[in-house]
Amino acid sequence: MIRRGLVTQPLDRITPPPALDESRVRADFPILDRPVGDHRLVYLDSAATAQKPRAVIDAMSDFYFRYNANVHRGVHVLGGEATAAYDRARELVRQFLNVPRVDEVVFTAGTTAAINLVAQSWGGASLRSGDEIILTGYEHHSNLVPWQLAAHRAGALLRVVPLLADGTLDLEAYERLLSGRTRMVAVSHASNVLGTISPVAQMARMAHEVGALVLVDGAQSAPHLPVDVQQLNCDFFACSAHKCYGPTGFGVLYGRQELLRRMPPWIAGGGMIEQVTFDATTYAAPPARFEAGTPAVAQAIGFGAAIEYLQQLGLDAVWAHEQALLRYATDRLSEVEGLRLFGNAPMKVGVLSFVLGTIHPHDLATVLDAGGVAVRAGHHCAQPLMQHLKVPATVRASFGVYNTRDDVDRLVEGLAEARQRFGR
Amino acid sequence: MSDLDELYQSVILDHDRSPRNFRELAGPACRAAEGYNPLCGDKVRVMVRVEDGVIADASFLGSGCAISKASASMMTETLKGQTVAEANRLVERFHRELTGGPAEGDLPRKLVVFRGVTAFPMRVKCATLAWHAMRQALEPATAPDAT
Repeated sequence: MIRRGLVTQPLDRITPPPALDESRVRADFPILDRPVGDHRLVYLDSAATAQKPRAVIDAMSDFYFRYNANVHRGVHVLGGEATAAYDRARELVRQFLNVPRVDEVVFTAGTTAAINLVAQSWGGASLRSGDEIILTGYEHHSNLVPWQLAAHRAGALLRVVPLLADGTLDLEAYERLLSGRTRMVAVSHASNVLGTISPVAQMARMAHEVGALVLVDGAQSAPHLPVDVQQLNCDFFACSAHKCYGPTGFGVLYGRQELLRRMPPWIAGGGMIEQVTFDATTYAAPPARFEAGTPAVAQAIGFGAAIEYLQQLGLDAVWAHEQALLRYATDRLSEVEGLRLFGNAPMKVGVLSFVLGTIHPHDLATVLDAGGVAVRAGHHCAQPLMQHLKVPATVRASFGVYNTRDDVDRLVEGLAEARQRFGR
Repeated sequence: MSDLDELYQSVILDHDRSPRNFRELAGPACRAAEGYNPLCGDKVRVMVRVEDGVIADASFLGSGCAISKASASMMTETLKGQTVAEANRLVERFHRELTGGPAEGDLPRKLVVFRGVTAFPMRVKCATLAWHAMRQALEPATAPDAT
């Protein structure tokens, strides 16, 4: 059972969700069997991309082995099977995000492409000089640069919601930024660096009061908690398959139908038309209007399999597992001398960004990697946030369904070794 | 010695902790160039003072990992006293050493420690960042007619 509304009321839970069976979940991910050097792989980089369960790998192989064909075109058997599986994937996405109508699910090349689609199509048609777009201080470049481009073209302005010391959004400042000039609020559902979960439903209510639309970048939330776009009350929601245990190069955009219908085409070509002559073209209704070209059929099927896998585990159980791990890891890391953790919001996904003493994050990540512990080091495509934190980079450990307390212990051991090696 | 020990030899850690020639260098005969790795955000600014075709002084500033700082630090030490032509040859030689290109001539003994980086392909750019910047800083001297 997936309980909705978790995001705003996590503490109201009364019945504990069924726990994940750790060893069974781990057995679902073949890659976890490979060693790294002499060590068992400890994969703590799921915020960059999640590993893939056998169910996803098999679903995609099965497509290529047995029924590879283009969709919505030929009349042959293979084409029919491929089309049925492809269309079913859209329905699975609809359920996954609790989208009202299946034609409100647009397939894209990922979160980045989904945001660019809205920024260019909606932004190009709707933004005027003097309009304002509100972003937050922890946006990933992919929910910042597309808006800069759109704003620059239209003569519109970007406004940024500042962060409080714990890594949450300053909602009073947000309220002051909202005005009749605000046309769009583009916000991460969860920060890829701090883990902070944004109070999206509340922010959307406030945005709608001034007539602005809300786009939610769900790249870091969709794999970790039950998403309900109706409960979030957002106008657009974007997420990527590969962070949800599915394939790379694929993602989705949810958009309210009356908005999508008014948006002009973005990329033009086959599959997005109604009728074409050399003089004029009429365009297909959404979502086809935004899906020119042969679609990523195998990836759609793979994402469908990933969604079924997550639903089988239960997103409630996933959330509970990762939250317990986050608490454990936060405690363990706070015991490490010289470790500075960034972001201690009360509502976080399983992301821990930190620096250790004066050891540069890249050196730290290299030492950890030599012990089989894979973490991310760098600016995490959030340079404005790094400027705010006054660090050039951080190390980031992030969790997926397959991580365990033992993984956290291995991370802490690696940190101790790094301290010893660098003597600081 | 493990690959990791090979990478973080004590001389590298020493240059990281106390980088040599880590200072501003300004004046009429000074040239500077910046190296930036947008993937990791590391930045380095290298400076040289060239007198009569010879590098009279070299320095650097910036933030980076142990590998990039030690590499910049040891580069400035090595290049001091060399002619611009010699320096350019060494820049190319160092780059080839780390990227597996054909190596001609010996690498100065103190730079041999950076061979350990080749076992970590993801870190090669850290070691070469300052050297790329130095190549730029030296450029006008190799083509004086172009300026």
